[in-house]
Amino acid sequence: MVEPVISMAKKARSRLAYAAAFTPPLLDPEAREPELIAGPNGKAAKKRYNVYRNNVTVSLVNALADTFPATQRIVGEEFFRAMARIHVRQSPPVSPLLFEYGRGFADFIEGFEHARTLPYLADVARIERAWLDAYHAADAAPLKPDALASIPPERLGQAAFTAHPAARIVRSRFPAVTIFALNRQEGAVGRLETAEPEDGLVTRPRLDVFVRRLPPGGAVFLERLIAGKPLGEAVAAALEDNARFDPAANIAGMLEAGVFTAVAVSEGGRR
Amino acid sequence: MAGMPIVNRVEAARFPAFPVGGAAGASLKPEHLAAIHADPAPVGFFEIHAENYMGAGGPPHAALAAIRERWPVSLHGVCMSIGGPQPLDKGHLKRFKSLVDCYEPALVSEHLAWSTHETTYFNDLLPLPYTQATLDRVAEHIEEMQEAIGRPILLENPSTYVIFKESTLAETEFLRALVRRTGCGLLLDVNNVFVSATNHGYSALEYLADFPLEHVGEIHLAGHAEQEDDEGALLLIDSHDGPVADAVWKLYGIVIGRRGVVPTLIEWDSDIPEWPVLKAEAAAAQVILDRHAVSQMRSMAHG
Repeated sequence: MVEPVISMAKKARSRLAYAAAFTPPLLDPEAREPELIAGPNGKAAKKRYNVYRNNVTVSLVNALADTFPATQRIVGEEFFRAMARIHVRQSPPVSPLLFEYGRGFADFIEGFEHARTLPYLADVARIERAWLDAYHAADAAPLKPDALASIPPERLGQAAFTAHPAARIVRSRFPAVTIFALNRQEGAVGRLETAEPEDGLVTRPRLDVFVRRLPPGGAVFLERLIAGKPLGEAVAAALEDNARFDPAANIAGMLEAGVFTAVAVSEGGRR
Repeated sequence: MAGMPIVNRVEAARFPAFPVGGAAGASLKPEHLAAIHADPAPVGFFEIHAENYMGAGGPPHAALAAIRERWPVSLHGVCMSIGGPQPLDKGHLKRFKSLVDCYEPALVSEHLAWSTHETTYFNDLLPLPYTQATLDRVAEHIEEMQEAIGRPILLENPSTYVIFKESTLAETEFLRALVRRTGCGLLLDVNNVFVSATNHGYSALEYLADFPLEHVGEIHLAGHAEQEDDEGALLLIDSHDGPVADAVWKLYGIVIGRRGVVPTLIEWDSDIPEWPVLKAEAAAAQVILDRHAVSQMRSMAHG
């Protein structure tokens, strides 16, 4: 008798069902090893399967430790690895590129009960994630320091910029940039002498990644420019955010940091 | 290197076409870059994990280009998931192809294993059953990858800790069939042979006797760690965190004696030592390769 097509397809699927059966216990330490495996000559497969379970969890915890070294230094290795293990089991990677992993880690830390006494920790993790994004971002030549010299002053307000692929802003209600820097430097961690909120700017104009503290209003200013808004609008928004915003200093700073790769004055934006 | 790079295509190659035959190489680790560039004679070639260079730009690409200008590079994929039942990731194939196009590697390899299921990436080389159904699926995947990158790959034998009850084919039979069906070559990891043979209680020599050595285009050597299985017997872990074991060196000598010289890589991925330690391991492989090359020449001369 000819087998019905549907049951043939079902059989083919079941012959390839090993991945669906093998994977669930990998991230679930309570689950039993899958039925479809064994040791040789009737030997058990519990410890054998645990090799895979261990490889998966440990290598992913290591990946988070590599991406978030300052975060780990703040809480200590033991705490960090316990916290990372929970995150790995809840949110394993969805890309085979491990340098993409950990995008949800800062939000996880923010909601992590045992890290509540360190409210700045999530923001330090956000800076570290932005640091790695900048590290792997596409190469591009930043604008030269005199890039705005050729634009007539009366048209500067209409100037719009193209963001460098590496440029990132991380805003914080805590001195997260200083804490990040203290915990990334070689040697002993220095004293934290500020409690002021800090906004961070991450750039990689060439091969080295830089993390800077932005002056008052600087984050709002750059966020507008990165979104493609014209300079005049960005200055107005920054002044509204913080009356101490200094347009000239911020423009010089953004050119020095390499936040943008191109500038253009749109004809349509002319008033 | 003096003179112009060798032009072996219609358009000029971006990098020199260095030969890699008979050379011993080492895993390329970022922490060794300065020592490698300062070393007048480091190793014969460098192997990279493809995924580490799949970012858009930055220091990894700058470092790799500087290496590739001076030495041959072997491109080793770790997470194509060729051994998985689900379709290959088209985006990943595209990224892999652009690395091949960009760096013109001397060797390209992947694993008989899988690492992604549905959307989760497990970051480990997971095992598969050896059946007619998996053979068909893996052959399709190899063909798809070779089609995508425009050249044959070398497929690496895995190290495994469990067996699948449903397996009906021996691993060597499975690999032999893949070579026949897809035209791929093989990457023989001698440490994996030793690890799997120990873990599953068979003879590494018998496995090698059954291995299609004539299709081997590269050899891997690495260190392993020791644990115990549920019955208290030795269970070896393919840890890549130490020197190559004596027993693995012995097997390697036997393989070279039978197969002839093949580019050989020392893998070291964890607890990475200072550059001279890794270099010394590669030098030890080079001695075995050179000794065999000389004796082959002698026997040819004496006909």
